[in-house]
Amino acid sequence: MIEYWNPLIERMPLEELNKLQEEKLRNIVRYVYEHSDFYRKKFDEAGIKPEDIKSLTDITKLPFTYKKDLRDTYPTGMFCVPNEQLARFHVSSGTTGKPTVVGYTRNDIDAWSTSLARALTSIGVGRGDIIQISYGYGLFTGGLGLHYGAEEVGATVLPTSSGNTEKQIELMQDLGTTIIACTPSYFLFMAEVAKNMGVSIKDDTKLKIGIFGAEPWSQQMRARIEDTTGIKAYDVFGTSELSGPLFTECTYQDGIHIWADQFLVEVVDPETGESLPEGERGELVITTLSKEALPLIRYRVGDNTVLNKQPCRCGRTHPRIMRILGRVDDMLIIRGINVFPGQIESVLMNIPEVGEHFQIIVDRINELDVMTVQIEMTDAAFSDKVNDIIKLEDKVASALKKVLNLAVNVELVEHGSLPRSMGKSKKVIDKRKL
Amino acid sequence: MQNKIIKQISLFSENKPGKLANIADKFRDAGVNIRAFTIAEAGDFGIIRMVVDKPDLAHEVLHESGFTVSETNVLGVEMEDVPGGLAKIADVLGKENINIDYAYAFVTKTEKALLILRVSDIKAAINVLERNGIKLIDMKDIENI
Repeated sequence: MIEYWNPLIERMPLEELNKLQEEKLRNIVRYVYEHSDFYRKKFDEAGIKPEDIKSLTDITKLPFTYKKDLRDTYPTGMFCVPNEQLARFHVSSGTTGKPTVVGYTRNDIDAWSTSLARALTSIGVGRGDIIQISYGYGLFTGGLGLHYGAEEVGATVLPTSSGNTEKQIELMQDLGTTIIACTPSYFLFMAEVAKNMGVSIKDDTKLKIGIFGAEPWSQQMRARIEDTTGIKAYDVFGTSELSGPLFTECTYQDGIHIWADQFLVEVVDPETGESLPEGERGELVITTLSKEALPLIRYRVGDNTVLNKQPCRCGRTHPRIMRILGRVDDMLIIRGINVFPGQIESVLMNIPEVGEHFQIIVDRINELDVMTVQIEMTDAAFSDKVNDIIKLEDKVASALKKVLNLAVNVELVEHGSLPRSMGKSKKVIDKRKL
Repeated sequence: MQNKIIKQISLFSENKPGKLANIADKFRDAGVNIRAFTIAEAGDFGIIRMVVDKPDLAHEVLHESGFTVSETNVLGVEMEDVPGGLAKIADVLGKENINIDYAYAFVTKTEKALLILRVSDIKAAINVLERNGIKLIDMKDIENI
């Protein structure tokens, strides 16, 4: 039987849902115009008045909001409420530039928890579950976001945060953790540490579900994780500017459900900004429909995805986006060919001899781009004949060439020699000085 | 026949400074003696092959240190240290259509030459070598060298 957190909203007939969205869109546009100097100025410059937005299709008249806008108005220049109405701040890591600050009113925190409560219910998390949250707690939204969502559905939270991996595995066994939430790369690392401790995730723990996100991971990686650890692995999506982790797939694992009463989702051409029809790959754009402290209008999320508005087999009518396979700006251009790290992961995880850890190194040698994919030798793939190892390297290189249309160097490296990650992993090292 | 098979330790290693010292340290601490040793190198990686007095212990020590390591069945052939010794062995195996995947030799304290062989068909190789009066050594001999 399929469970819903709020069946009335989640299964709302499309027509009603559209009407609700339309009304909320008109409200939020008026709200930001009245409460944010930033948006008033932006709308005025674009010659848009709140009254111009009457229907959902009018959304394309509104200007986009970019991450740069949040940086330019650092720390709180885009907020719509005075500081005393804020319940919390989160701050993004700022690895790619100035950090961005996101504020939340009490209602914003509640809406965030509700969004995750619906998502967690849709994958079967609830009372009786013990959820180990191994996302970082603190300024990062992953830990605390899921924490509140999990409490909302009545699950028992084990707030381990990331790191101290052996202890995490001990607690997982001793307390009977049933759900783990972390980045997929941290989970792989955990499974490896567990193995070294003589613990099999499959046989020696009660783990049944993993909630993985904060970095792209492929369908093939999912199959690997599910096969080797015996859990169901679900994708969780969100981004700090929109609150944090917000949405997951349902048990059908067929796209991420975006709650339409809270968020309006579009997919646009990353170059022209034009709206793309359902089914076409483009950049994800989200408008928050109920946020109070930091509402965002047509925010360019930067992730690559495809929109699906068909109601899901689970009965939920809200639109879905395909699993995120990378960010628009993750794309590498190698000798003029576009390459996404996600493509490489998909190819590698389809080859049984290749382990879970890999790294992509891009360099420019004699004016020519050279891409090297390093993979770790596994016990199962090791042969003491040099030829067998060279054959394996060739096999991987030709599988990559077929998909990428690009010659790739493949290097087998020692087991354990590639970096392991407790949070977001860094898969690409670009040494080119462009 | 089984006792004529020698367990060789094979190890995957990146071609980087300090790798060998690391392995040697592990063996010293565990009290493992290396009898024969060779590196097959291929660009950025190499395969280290070793015959040791305690192969199971060596395997355990290396595996626990995180190395990718396997035990491979090889043959140890005792050769007279005179011209033509190797030719005879190669000839006998060739006639039976047994391929030598790789081979390396070392000289013992007793001034015998020992040849380590990995062959395509180890059982057939033992048969044909013994039939031709070629002496194969066993793990006990390796321990006592």
